[in-house]
Amino acid sequence: MLKINGIYKTFNRGTINEKRALNGVDLELESGDFVTIIGGNGAGKSTLMNSICGVFPVDIGSIIIDGDDITKLPEHKRAKYLGRVFQDPMMGTAADMQIAENMSLAYRRGCRRGLKWAIPQKELKLYKEQLKQLGLGLEERITSKVGLLSGGQRQALTLLMAVMRKPKLLLLDEHTAALDPKTAATVLELSEKFIAGENLTAMMITHNMNDAITHGNKLIMMHEGRIIYSVSGEEKKKLTVDDLLHKFSEISGKEFANDRALLN
Amino acid sequence: MLGLLSAMPGAVAQGIIWGIMAIGVYITFRILDVADLTVDGTMATGGAVLVVCVTSGMNIALAMLVAFLAGCIAGLVTGLFNTKFGIPAILAGILTQLILYSVNLHIMSQKANLPLSVEKYNILLSMRNIPGAIIVGGIFVVVIIALLYWFFGTELGHSLRSTGCNPNMARANGINTDTNKIIGLVLSNGIVALSGAMLSQYQGFCDINMGRGAIVIGLAAVIIGEVVFGKIFKNFALHLLAAVIGGIIYYIVITLVLSMGLNANDLKMFSALVVAVFLAIPYWKRKLAEKSSSKEAV
Repeated sequence: MLKINGIYKTFNRGTINEKRALNGVDLELESGDFVTIIGGNGAGKSTLMNSICGVFPVDIGSIIIDGDDITKLPEHKRAKYLGRVFQDPMMGTAADMQIAENMSLAYRRGCRRGLKWAIPQKELKLYKEQLKQLGLGLEERITSKVGLLSGGQRQALTLLMAVMRKPKLLLLDEHTAALDPKTAATVLELSEKFIAGENLTAMMITHNMNDAITHGNKLIMMHEGRIIYSVSGEEKKKLTVDDLLHKFSEISGKEFANDRALLN
Repeated sequence: MLGLLSAMPGAVAQGIIWGIMAIGVYITFRILDVADLTVDGTMATGGAVLVVCVTSGMNIALAMLVAFLAGCIAGLVTGLFNTKFGIPAILAGILTQLILYSVNLHIMSQKANLPLSVEKYNILLSMRNIPGAIIVGGIFVVVIIALLYWFFGTELGHSLRSTGCNPNMARANGINTDTNKIIGLVLSNGIVALSGAMLSQYQGFCDINMGRGAIVIGLAAVIIGEVVFGKIFKNFALHLLAAVIGGIIYYIVITLVLSMGLNANDLKMFSALVVAVFLAIPYWKRKLAEKSSSKEAV
């Protein structure tokens, strides 16, 4: 389904700020896999995800989704394969546009956009039905500007928009990190529901080790631009946070350097 | 007083023409979120193309279309500078504007202005017939707003709006933001050139400097429209109409201050300062709100 072969990425090459963000990452996911990604600050988790999205090109290596090599495609052309939810709740929706307008944009992800009316009447019904799944009452506010919603509501909407046209791969980049604990739990629960319900292939970066253990069927740990540990299936289910911290210092020779992860 | 009243219809007619120009500015400034300075050159391009076309015997409708297309090309150049050359939008606009100064002189056979006689040629509007000019201008406003209302309600129009509102989100949803910026600039400059074509008919000549400071007038019209009608006009078509009415209000105010004895040469300074203040008001409001909320917190 997803095949990442030896990708490297160095930012600001040849300058004093040179930073090798990805240092040979290989990853293979089967259809229906849900992998959680943990790692300290600057481990390369977001860089990995942004490489898949095409926010920047990788230096070496290839990224293949469902047999299509997307390594060289620009960001907007990869979108047809990918559903994305960002860490910043403001980033995944257009604040000055209505809920329905945002959903219409997402519903056409990967399609040609022409001079047809953007929101046909019959689609409004579909949007409302989809919004009901969120359980936030947004179906009653379909013409409200998204900018009027709370961060949690916007993130839930972004999630819905990412999956309403079924993506080959769903990318969740610390998508609950900026939310209060209760809203974060709701959004995470929704994510789980969509992934299970649609049998999606998904990647989720999280700083919460508990979440990383309880969700998904695979877990990978990153450090200094590399995947240093990966676990799946039954073995993953038996993991504890202490196990992970122990594994980390054992493999990397360092303490786990992410305050937020330790606080959880 | 009577003189002032009799000057009002002229102010309205000019306001409508510049209001159409403000619709073009609205597309870049409010929808794409860039201040496009190309328009200073495009206004004169539209005027020059129309006069040259009409005086060479072309049908007026066709001449207007050619002027519109000339503006589109100017917008395309700015769009390419911005997206393919990586030049910041403001600078890209300034570069095209400078290019247009030379181009406009070429269009006008190296003359600084060209006359367009209402008696000799069959044109759509003229200051000789101000009520007629207001009606023609009004029809153009209605048609342009209707077409734009339709366009921005389509899939492509929506993708354009999202490009200005949140480019990250747009790209994540498969939208080519570069292409959209170009489309927006093309459309905007086409409309501005159309306004220039109407202005040269109205005043009976085109002039190499007729667009100087146009962006400021356009912005003034957009902002006045928002300040006056922002609370009551919610619909997109009404937003555009507000910009046109903003243009009319702008010209009425200008006529008033001129009649009160403002030196016509100080007009540009006056307009620029008005725009500066109106652009500052939302910023000051926010600052003030932050201050008072920080006091409450203490």
